[in-house]
This record gives sequence, structure tokens and C-alpha cells, in this order.
Amino acid sequence: MVGELNNAVIRLEDIHKVYDLGEVKVPALQGINLEIGPREFVAIMGASGSGKSTLMNLIGCLDRPTSGRYLLEGTDVSQLDSRARAQIRNRKIGFVFQQFNLLARTTALENVELPTIYAGLSPQERHSGAHAALKLVGLEAREDHFPSQLSGGQQQRVAVARALINRPSILLADEPTGNLDSHTSVEIMDLLTQLNHEQGLLVILVTHEADIAAYAQRLVLVRDGLILRDVHVRDRQEAYEVVKDLHALPTESVN
Amino acid sequence: MEYGVTLRVAARALARNKMRSALTMLGIVIGVCAVIAMVSVGQGAERQVQQQIESFGTNVVYISAGSPSRGVGGMRFGSWAVKTLTNDDMEAILKEVPLIWDAAPGVMESAQVVFGNQNWFTRVMGTTPNYLSMRNWAVAAGAIFTEDDINAAANVCVLGKTVADLLFGEQNPIGQTIRIKSLPFRVAGVLTPKGQSAMGDDQDDRIFAPYSTVQKKLKGQDWLQFISASAISREASVAAVPQIESLLRERHRIRLGEDNDFQVRTQSEVADLAQATGRIMTLLLGSIASISLLVGGIGIMNIMLVSVTERTREIGIRMAVGATEDDIQRQFLVEAVTLSLFGGAIGIALGLVFSVLISNFLQWPTLVSPAAVGMAATFSVAVGIFFGYYPARKAARLDPIEALRYE
Repeated sequence: MVGELNNAVIRLEDIHKVYDLGEVKVPALQGINLEIGPREFVAIMGASGSGKSTLMNLIGCLDRPTSGRYLLEGTDVSQLDSRARAQIRNRKIGFVFQQFNLLARTTALENVELPTIYAGLSPQERHSGAHAALKLVGLEAREDHFPSQLSGGQQQRVAVARALINRPSILLADEPTGNLDSHTSVEIMDLLTQLNHEQGLLVILVTHEADIAAYAQRLVLVRDGLILRDVHVRDRQEAYEVVKDLHALPTESVN
Repeated sequence: MEYGVTLRVAARALARNKMRSALTMLGIVIGVCAVIAMVSVGQGAERQVQQQIESFGTNVVYISAGSPSRGVGGMRFGSWAVKTLTNDDMEAILKEVPLIWDAAPGVMESAQVVFGNQNWFTRVMGTTPNYLSMRNWAVAAGAIFTEDDINAAANVCVLGKTVADLLFGEQNPIGQTIRIKSLPFRVAGVLTPKGQSAMGDDQDDRIFAPYSTVQKKLKGQDWLQFISASAISREASVAAVPQIESLLRERHRIRLGEDNDFQVRTQSEVADLAQATGRIMTLLLGSIASISLLVGGIGIMNIMLVSVTERTREIGIRMAVGATEDDIQRQFLVEAVTLSLFGGAIGIALGLVFSVLISNFLQWPTLVSPAAVGMAATFSVAVGIFFGYYPARKAARLDPIEALRYE
């Protein structure tokens, strides 16, 4: 139940999201309650149309809920205006996307620097920060490469470095391996796991792939805008079994 | 986001599409260049007219015989067909209108002049030396005819520079005898060049002779065509007009309700008119040229809109990592203003070059005033802001989620 954690980083209370398409109103989230503490590694799973993307956009402050409260590190951010949300995204959230979303014709270093520009850091701070972040993901030798000169895995590492540079509270990874082959996927997932373990970074992973979700310590299954299951697992083995169970659930709504 | 970074980001975005940026700028370049060149032509003409009028003297009051509103026997003649204006009128004006300190009579005759095997058709003006002194018109060589020459109606003359050059070439005209309408005239002096008048005719293409000589020997009349008078100041020249009018009406016995048989005009009226005409011309040229600046601005808006659409994903990424609406709007606005500012700078430079070319090759006077340059620069920035605002606003209003999904 909500309120169990006193140090929750994310606390969602009865979150509803309705898309108003003019003639029809489409409910995407219908009462989400979720708490995520620091250092967690959570996988949000669900089929397409389940509402998991909407949930991720809300957690990432890219969007606002129609109703309900979203406390981020104790602060209600559910009704902030676009400027305030931009600042939250800049300082507290790091995004990693399926499409990498690096700026073309812009070097790896400059891509990583991008969030610091909007944080108002000095050129020296930006530079040294970007250096450090690229080093962390093992790409210090590729600083001056353009995205087009990097492999998919390397591009995603640059994206991870960019997500980390402002030392966010949350790393939000939306299908981070969706565009990568299985070998590279493992590399990226190992990187995220390592960041979670060693840096204590809160990682929220959105995926529909079972073996990717299995890296997480907590599995949240979303269906029809509701959280269907929320399971903590001890290790990869248990995770696999839980994920297998989840997949065995009927795909149609249970209620 | 600091301005230095915004500028660098804008410069990079523009450099990425060099050809497109250059073509977009070209619209502004042409617009600003046209404005600068056209306004410089207009202001050059304005200043030239002004200078010519000032060289004539702004205190001048010009009294001509006849009036456009008065016909003789139902017919309307040219302003010089009326026979009532005389040298006595001039004396009376000098005596009774204290605002007028000097005056000279004028009788004009067009005549063929001959020296040796050279001949030229020009105008002979009969007057007194006062006319030349009022206009600060000195002799370059020789002397002006004297009071005695006037009293004696002597056959002496002073040549304008053009006439002297045409008839004598390299020879010294002083003391030579030329024939005007077959009558021999001794050349007493040659005048310094005066150039074109405000109306565009060559003021040096003229011969001056005693008015009595022109009246009696060339024209066979005893009246004047005009009196050129000089008032003690510009304001006095305007104030003198009604005084001269009432004096002449009395002397010419014009009854109440009847029109004047003369016309009094001041140089300051002419100057004001010429100035107004010049202003209108400058304004007209400037506004026609501004249309191309406007078209250039629309070009900027067009390209910026395309650019916003093309870079939707980039906008989404920037928003996701923390760019606010203001950041995005400023970035695109700065791009538009950079385009228009650079275009404006190049346009100003080109406009200066063109106005120099125009004055050198077309022999038109041009004047590039700092005000015109400042205005063009301000205008081009304003165009950038005005036409860049809508695309920038459009970029800033994008939904980050949609923008990130944009293919």
C-alpha cells in the first residue's frame, strides 16, 4: 500500500490519465498507486496500449496526470507548469530512449553536454562533466565521434552518459535495448546494472522483453491502465520465473 | 541558457545548411541593399536641390511680370508678356520696402552669338551688377560692366563659363568683340562657373549685359520681365511679399477684386517645395525597396518553419533533457535574427557599394546618411524578430512526447 516507504523517491497516488480526443475520452491510466525507493531497479512491463508508456511519461515529467498526486522526492510535481517540469527533467531525471535520440552531426562529447547547457553550468564544468560521464560508460576515446560514426551500442552508451551528467535521481530507460542486437543488449543492461549497484542509481526500465526485465529486482506489470502485479525478486533466476508467470497470464483484462 | 551558448547553437544550426542559410539571407541582403541604395539616391537628389537653392540665396524675392491667373483681353499669356513691370517699380520697392536691401532688374532675350567661326544659341540677361553680387557670383577674369555702361546702354557683356568655353576655347575672351543678334558686344569679363540650377539648367550657359542695352537694342521694349530682390533675411523675404504686392498693386493701379498683373515668389517657398518633393521621392524609393525587404522576411519565416518541422525530434530531445519553452523559442528566434542581421550587414555593405557605383557611373548624386544605415540595420533585425517569432513560437509549443516520437 502507498505510504509504506518513508524515503520514497517516487510516490504515485491514485494517478489517472485521460486523453481527451475531442469526441471521445480515452482513459490511459485508471488509478495507479506506486512507490519506488532509492537504489531500486524496477522494470515496468506491459503490452503496447497497456498504459506503460503513459506511466513512463508521467514519471519522467514529460506529461501531467489528469488527477492524482505524484510526489518526486517528497515534492508534488503533478501540476507543475511546463517550465518547472523542464527543470525537473533537467536536474532529477535522465532519459534513455529506444532510438538513442542523439543529436546528429554533434560529437559524443557535445551530446553528453546538452543537459548541462540547460542547467546553466559554466563551459569548464560542462566539459569536465561530459568527460567524466563518457569515461563512466567507457567511451572516453570516442569523444569527438559523431553518432553516425558510432555503433548502436556505443550510441546508447553516449545516451546513458548524457542521462547521467546532471546526476539525476532517476534513470528512466524506455526500451533501451529495442534497437540493439542481443550481444549489445547484454552490454547495455550490464552497464545499467552496474550503475544501479555501484552508484546506487535508481533505474526504471520500461520494456516488454522478458529477458531484459529479468535484470530488475522488482517487476511491475501494467495492464489496462492499472498495476496488475508488483513483485520484488531476489535474483535473475527468480525474475525469469516471475516474468514467465506474468506472461502466462491471460492477455485479456482480468476484471 | 546563456546567450553565448544560444548564439553558438544557432550558428551551428545555420552552418549545417549553408546553402539554405545563404539563400535565405540573400532575400534580406537584396532588401536592405535596395533600401540603402534607393534612399541614398533620394537623399542625394534632395541634398543637391537644397544646395543649389542655397547657392541661389534663400533671401531672394522674385517678382515676375504677369500672373498665371490674369489674362490680357481674355487670353492668358506667359508670365513675361505683361508690359507693366518697370525699373521704376524696382526703385520704388527699394525705397519703400525696408525689408528689401538690394534688387536687380531682369530682361531676357534668346539670341545667336557669334565669335569668329564659332556660334552658339544662348540666353542674354539684361540686368545690373547687383544681380551678380546678390548671387555672390564673381568674375573669373576681366570685370563686370559698370553703372556708366548701364546709363549709356553700352554694348558690353559678361560671359558665363559655358558660353566662354564654347566661343573661345583656349583663347582669352577679355576685350574681344562678339556678335549678339549681329550687334557687336565687347566682352568685359568671364564669370566663375555656377553649375546646374535647381531646375536642372546650366546656369553658366548665359550672357549678362546692361539691362538698358538689352531693352533698347536687343528687344526694343522699356519694361522688365522680372525683378530679383534680396531681403535682409529668410524670414524677411516672406514678410516682404505682401508689402511688395500692395505697393505694386497701387503703382499698377489695380482695382480691388482684380488679379495681380505680377507674381511675387520667395526662394524659401521654392526651397520648401523642393524639399517636400525630395522627401516624397526618398520616401517612395525607400518604400518600394522596403517591399523587397518584406519579401526577404517572408523568406526567413518560410525557411524557419521548414527548419522547425525538420528538427522536431531535436526539439523533443532538447525538451526531454531540460530545455524550457523559452529556451527553444529563444534558440529559433536567435537563428532567425542571426540570418536577418548578417543579411542586413551584407546588404548595408552592398548598398554602400551600389550607391558609390550609382554616383560614379550614372553620375547621380547619392548620399548615404548614418540614419538610413541605422534604420536599415534596425529594420533587418526587426524583420528577423517579426518573421522569426511565429516559427519560434511553434517550435516552443511542441509537445515533447509527440516531438520525440516524430519520424
